[in-house]
Amino acid sequence: MNLTLKIWRQKNSNSKGKMVDYPISDISPDMSFLEMLDVLNNQLIEKGEEPVAFDHDCREGICGMCSLYINGEAHGPDRGVTTCQLHMRKFKDGDTIYIEPFRAKAFPVVKDLAVDRSAFDRIQHAGGYISVNTSGNTQDANSLPVQKEHADRAFDAATCIGCGACVASCKNSSAMLYVSAKISQYALLPQGKVEAEERVQSMVNQMDAEGFGNCSNTGACEVECPKGISLENIARMNREYFKAKASTKD
Amino acid sequence: MSKSGFFNSSIGRKFAMALSALFLMIFLLQHLTINFTAVFSPETFNELSHFMGTNVVVQFIAQPILIFAVVFHFIMGFILEARNRAARPISYKRNSGGANSSWMSRNMIYSGLVILAFLVLHFIDFWIPEINYKYIEMNAADPNRYYSELLHKFENPYRVIAYIVAFILLALHLLHGFGSAFQSIGQNNKYIDGLKKFGVIYSIVIPLGFIITAVVLYMNAH
Repeated sequence: MNLTLKIWRQKNSNSKGKMVDYPISDISPDMSFLEMLDVLNNQLIEKGEEPVAFDHDCREGICGMCSLYINGEAHGPDRGVTTCQLHMRKFKDGDTIYIEPFRAKAFPVVKDLAVDRSAFDRIQHAGGYISVNTSGNTQDANSLPVQKEHADRAFDAATCIGCGACVASCKNSSAMLYVSAKISQYALLPQGKVEAEERVQSMVNQMDAEGFGNCSNTGACEVECPKGISLENIARMNREYFKAKASTKD
Repeated sequence: MSKSGFFNSSIGRKFAMALSALFLMIFLLQHLTINFTAVFSPETFNELSHFMGTNVVVQFIAQPILIFAVVFHFIMGFILEARNRAARPISYKRNSGGANSSWMSRNMIYSGLVILAFLVLHFIDFWIPEINYKYIEMNAADPNRYYSELLHKFENPYRVIAYIVAFILLALHLLHGFGSAFQSIGQNNKYIDGLKKFGVIYSIVIPLGFIITAVVLYMNAH
């Protein structure tokens, strides 16, 4: 396959950045998108040019590290996959492919296509945990009965890999799908209910403080999410938030 | 842990937006019900309009609440839009919004602005003359003036076209807004599919009812 890549190049977080064209040839349709970028980078290095910086780690679709806004969609045109699991057979010979970083005020560009998603970590630190001493005195997991339906829904929410595709896809750069998944996975389980009120308020406060937008319920996040996290979680987060605000005194 | 006020939070603002929307959707149903009587019974229309125009509860309790809800919905809409735009200072060179969301959901601000423009026209057409008639000129109540006044307004074909365009945009606004309001107040459960289907019917029937009323009045006026 012969392709034209239009890639966002930006030296560092302070520089301006622009789209640069890179023609690339002899790409196998069986390559992953990241492998195609590896080929490009090898060619750039051989020519003595600066390779394109992009995030990646496991390349198995489970770590949430790879990002990229490809032809106007987070993780490209395929559904239910991260960029590392996107294959070049999804494109046609002669295509022009736009490759941009995830765009949000809360996700500043570090270099080229790599963005700083530590805002997600700070939201998680604000309350995405249960305060329990796990040093050798944990009880047997099966001693605490959990309704099957709740366990399933909590598990579905917990499959969120925190890649940020929801933020990138949202016209408002809203992080509500991510935050609601993290809140839901605890709110649905007995272990998480103890701190539910504090958790939802702290995490929503942090989400707002990071500068993410509001949810317009367009549903773009759900469509683009590589793990199929449902909008149900956002409604649950809203309910949890109302409950918490209505019942906390201070 | 710092706790900000409910209505200063992203979720609280959307909740308030949804509540005002739900109130306005009930109002639209009531407004259409009265207007539609003009299509088949001018007498009933006159009677209902006279009641609405002279009843103390409607005039001095319901009307101020309605005005507050309308103004609130617009102002909150602009605040949310400004914050949402600020959340992405650099936009994408290529964005395929249509691949993952509906046109209606992405353009609520624009359909809303058309509705705002329509409301300005609507106030100039009806509300201001009504206030002027009753509270400034202090004319005596005339229970039979409403239908003829209405008919007179719809003589002008350009006004009819402007109203129809506004109602089409209202339909587009409601097609997303109805389901969205329920999601914002946390209702995404076993009833949501049924509610969304009802929402589609509501979003088409209400504006269509207003359009039919406007067209019939135009025909009756000629």
